Amino acid sequence: MDTIILIMQAATLFIFGTMGEVLSQRSGVLNLGLEGMMVVGSLTGFAAATLSGSPWIGLAAAMIAGGLMSLIHGFIVITLRQSQVVSGMALTIFGLGLTAYVGKHFLMVGAPPRVPTIVSGITPLLFLGLALVPLTWFVIYRTRFGLIVRAVGEDPEAADTAGINVARVRYICVFIGGMMAGLAGAYLSLAYSPMWREGMTAGRGWICIALAFFSMWRPAMVLIGAELFGGLWILQFKLQGMDIPVISSIFTSPYLLMMIPYLATVLIVTLVMSNEKLRKRIGGPAALGVPYERSS
Amino acid sequence: MREEKTIDIDFRQGCKPGDMVLELRNITKRFPGVLANDHINFDVKAGEVHALLGENGAGKTTLMNIIYGLYQPDEGEIYLRGKKVVIRSPLDAIALGIGMVHQRFKLVPSLTVAENIILGLREGGIIGRMKRVVERIEKLSEKYSLQVDPSARIWQLSAGEKQRVEILKMLYRNAQILVLDEPTSILTPAEAEQLSLLLRRMATQEMAVVPFITHKLPEVIATSNRVTVLRRGRVVEEIRTDQTNPRDLARKMVGKSVLFQLKKPEIAPGDPVLEIKNLRALNDKGIMALKGISLTIRESEILGIAGVAGNGQSELAEVIAGLRGVLSGEIIFSGEDITGLSTRRRIEKGIGHIPEEYMIGVVPDFSVADNLVLDKYFEKPFSRRWGLDHKAVERFAEEMIPRYNIRTPSKETPAIHLSGGNLQKLILAREISHHPRLLITNLPTHGLDVGAAEFIQNQLLALKLEKCAILLISEDLDEIMSVSDRIAVFYEGRITGMVPAAEAVKDNLGAWMAGVKL
Ligand SMILES: Nc1ncnc2c1ncn2[C@@H]1O[C@H](COP(=O)(O)OP(=O)(O)OP(=O)(O)O)[C@@H](O)[C@H]1O
Ligand SMILES: [Mg+2]
Repeated sequence: MDTIILIMQAATLFIFGTMGEVLSQRSGVLNLGLEGMMVVGSLTGFAAATLSGSPWIGLAAAMIAGGLMSLIHGFIVITLRQSQVVSGMALTIFGLGLTAYVGKHFLMVGAPPRVPTIVSGITPLLFLGLALVPLTWFVIYRTRFGLIVRAVGEDPEAADTAGINVARVRYICVFIGGMMAGLAGAYLSLAYSPMWREGMTAGRGWICIALAFFSMWRPAMVLIGAELFGGLWILQFKLQGMDIPVISSIFTSPYLLMMIPYLATVLIVTLVMSNEKLRKRIGGPAALGVPYERSS
Repeated sequence: MREEKTIDIDFRQGCKPGDMVLELRNITKRFPGVLANDHINFDVKAGEVHALLGENGAGKTTLMNIIYGLYQPDEGEIYLRGKKVVIRSPLDAIALGIGMVHQRFKLVPSLTVAENIILGLREGGIIGRMKRVVERIEKLSEKYSLQVDPSARIWQLSAGEKQRVEILKMLYRNAQILVLDEPTSILTPAEAEQLSLLLRRMATQEMAVVPFITHKLPEVIATSNRVTVLRRGRVVEEIRTDQTNPRDLARKMVGKSVLFQLKKPEIAPGDPVLEIKNLRALNDKGIMALKGISLTIRESEILGIAGVAGNGQSELAEVIAGLRGVLSGEIIFSGEDITGLSTRRRIEKGIGHIPEEYMIGVVPDFSVADNLVLDKYFEKPFSRRWGLDHKAVERFAEEMIPRYNIRTPSKETPAIHLSGGNLQKLILAREISHHPRLLITNLPTHGLDVGAAEFIQNQLLALKLEKCAILLISEDLDEIMSVSDRIAVFYEGRITGMVPAAEAVKDNLGAWMAGVKL
C-alpha cells in the first residue's frame, strides 16, 4: 500500500510535466526546455513559499515562472521561427545554470512551508494530477479549442486557411506547457521532497519529454506511462538500498533502469513513425518541430 | 483580441441574376522576379459561372488567393456589391461570404469530415454537441447531392470525396461566392461531369457565384457562362462562353494557334525492353492492387494504360520503378531480371519515372537548377572530384529552361515557387534529358494547359526515335488514343482489355474501364 502511494507520488510529477508537454507538442511545438523550466519552478516555488510562508503562493509563482520562461521559447520558435531543438536545449542549460547560481542563497534555508497533506502523506496535488487526465482528454478531444490545437499541430496550413491564428494557438499551448512544468518543479520542492538542492529535478524533465512521445500524445497513455515510470523511479531507490550481488546488479543498476523510458520511447517512436497507417490513425502532430510560415 | 466574424452580407436577398457581386479592379501582384497579376479586372455576377482560363503560371491561383485574403495585392481594389472591401485574411473572406476550394486540399488528415468542416468556426462550442453539426452537414449534402460520411476521417477518403468535403465546408460557412481552383484536375471524367452540373445548379438556384479556375477547355465550355482568359498575368479577353469555341480559347490562352496535332514518328517497335510476368503487389492499405499483370513493351513503343484512377496503375508504375515491393511475379528489363534491384540501380540501368504527384518529384526548397540535376548530380559533367560543378549545373539549367518552356523567374528560384504545371515540366525535362531506355510516366500532362500538354506529348513521341520504351499511364482517353501504339485497360488490378491504338474504339475502352469484358 505504502509503495503504491510512493509510486503515485512520484508519478504525479511526471503527469504534470508530460501533460504540458503533450499539449505543447499537440500544437506542433517541441519543448526541450522542460527540464530547465521545471528546475526554475522548483526554485521559484521554494523561494516564494519560504518568503511568503504559503506553499500555495509558491506553487502559483512557480507556474508563472515556468510560463514566462516558455514564452521565451515561444518567441524564439513561433515568432522568430528558429530551431525548436536549439532553443529548448538552450533554455534547459540556462534554467539549470541560473538556478544553481541564484539557488545558493536558499541552500541553507531549511524546509519550506510544504503543501499540506490530506490523508497519510497524500497532497491534493496528487488528485489534481489524476484529475488532469480526463480533463486534458476532454479538452483535446471534445472542445473546440482541442480541435484547433490538433489541427494546428497536424496541418498548420489547413488550419490557417480555416481562419485560425496558428501562432496564437501555439503560444497558448506552449505557455500552458511551461506553467505545468513550473508546477511540476514546485511539486518537487514543496511536496515531494520539500527542500532546495541544485539540479534537484535530476533529469525528470527529460523523462517527461520521453513520456510525451511514449504516450503518443494521449492523456490516458500519459497516466499509464507516468505510473510505470513512477514505479521504476521508486524501484531504483529501493534497489540502491539493497545489497545485491554484482552479476544481477547489472540488471538492477539505477542507470540502466532509468534508461527504460527512453528505450521504450525509441521503440514506440520507431513503431509509430514507420507505420504510416498507424500514424494517421493516431493523428499525432505531424507538424511537430516545423515552424509555420504562410507562403506569400 | 478576437474579432467575431459573422456573415452580415447576404446578397442573395434582393439580388437578380446578372447583378454585379464581386469586382476586382486593377489588381497587381508582384513576386520576386515575376509580375503574377498585372492590372487585372475581373468581376463575378450573380447566377453565373465565370471561368478564369490561362496556361500554367498565368497567375490564376494568385488572383484567387487575393480574393480569399491569402495574398495582399500590391495595387488595386476589391468591391463587393459596390462597396470597397479589404480582405486581409481567409477569415475576412469567409465573413464576406467568399469561400475557396484550393488546388491542393486544405484538410487535416486525422480529423473527421465534420471536424474539418467546423474547424475555425465559433459555433459548436464544446464539441459534445457535434450531433447538430452532423445533422446540418447531412442536410447540406442531401440538398446538393454531395454524398460523404461526416464521421469518416479525411485520410480514408478519395480525392473526389475530399473535394466534396471542401465544398461542403464552404457551404456550411454560407459561402455565396465559391472560388474553385482547378477543381476537376483530380477527378475522374464522370466525377468532373457531376461537379460541372453541381456548379451550374448552384449558380442558378442559389445565386452562389462561382469563379472557376481551369485550363481545361471542354470544361470551360460545359460549365461557364463567361470566360476571362489570362496570359502572363494579364487579361487578354473576356467573352461569353456561347460566343467562343475551344480552338479560339486555346489560341487566346497560349497566344498562338495550338495545332491539336501530334508529330508521330513512323518507326516500328524493336526488341522487348520490359517484360512483366504475372505480377502481384499490394497497395498502401495492404489490399491486393495488382492481381497478376503480364505485359511487354518494346523499343520505340508507347504502351498506354487506361483506367479510372485507383485501379492499380500507380502501383504498377511504382513496382517497375522499384518503389514498391512485389508479392510474386517477375520484372525483366532487357532480358535481365530486375525484380530485386534497388531504385538507384534501376535508374542507372536506364529506367526513368515521372510520378503522378509532382511534389514528390522535386525538392521544394532546392533551386530549379538543382532540381534539374537531382538524378544525375553524381554523373559527369556535374560531379567533380570533391563536389558539384556548379557552372555545369547552371549551364544545364540555362539549356533546359527555355527548351522545356519552364516559366520561372530565374534558375535559382526555389522549386516551391513554381506553378504546378511548371513543376511538371521541370520533372519531365530532368527525366527525358537522362535518355532513359524505359520511361514510366504517370499522368504526365495532368494539370497542364493544352499548349504544354501537347508539347509534352510530342516530347514523348520524339523519344521513340531514341528507341525508348514508354509506359504511359493516363486517365485521358483522348491522350491515350492519340499518343500510344498499344492500349491496355486496367480494372481492379487486372488488365481487362488490350488493343493496338489504331484499332481502339472509345466505347470499348470505356466498357473495359468499367470492368465489362467484351
Ligand atoms: N509565393 C510565390 N513566390 C514567388 N513566385 C510565385 C509565388 N506564387 C506564385 N508565383 C509565381 O507567380 C506566377 C503565377 O503563378 P500561379 O500559381 O498564380 O499560376 P497558375 O495560373 O495558377 O498556374 P497553374 O495552372 O500551373 O496552377 C508563376 O510564375 C509563379 O512562379
Ligand atoms: Mg494554379
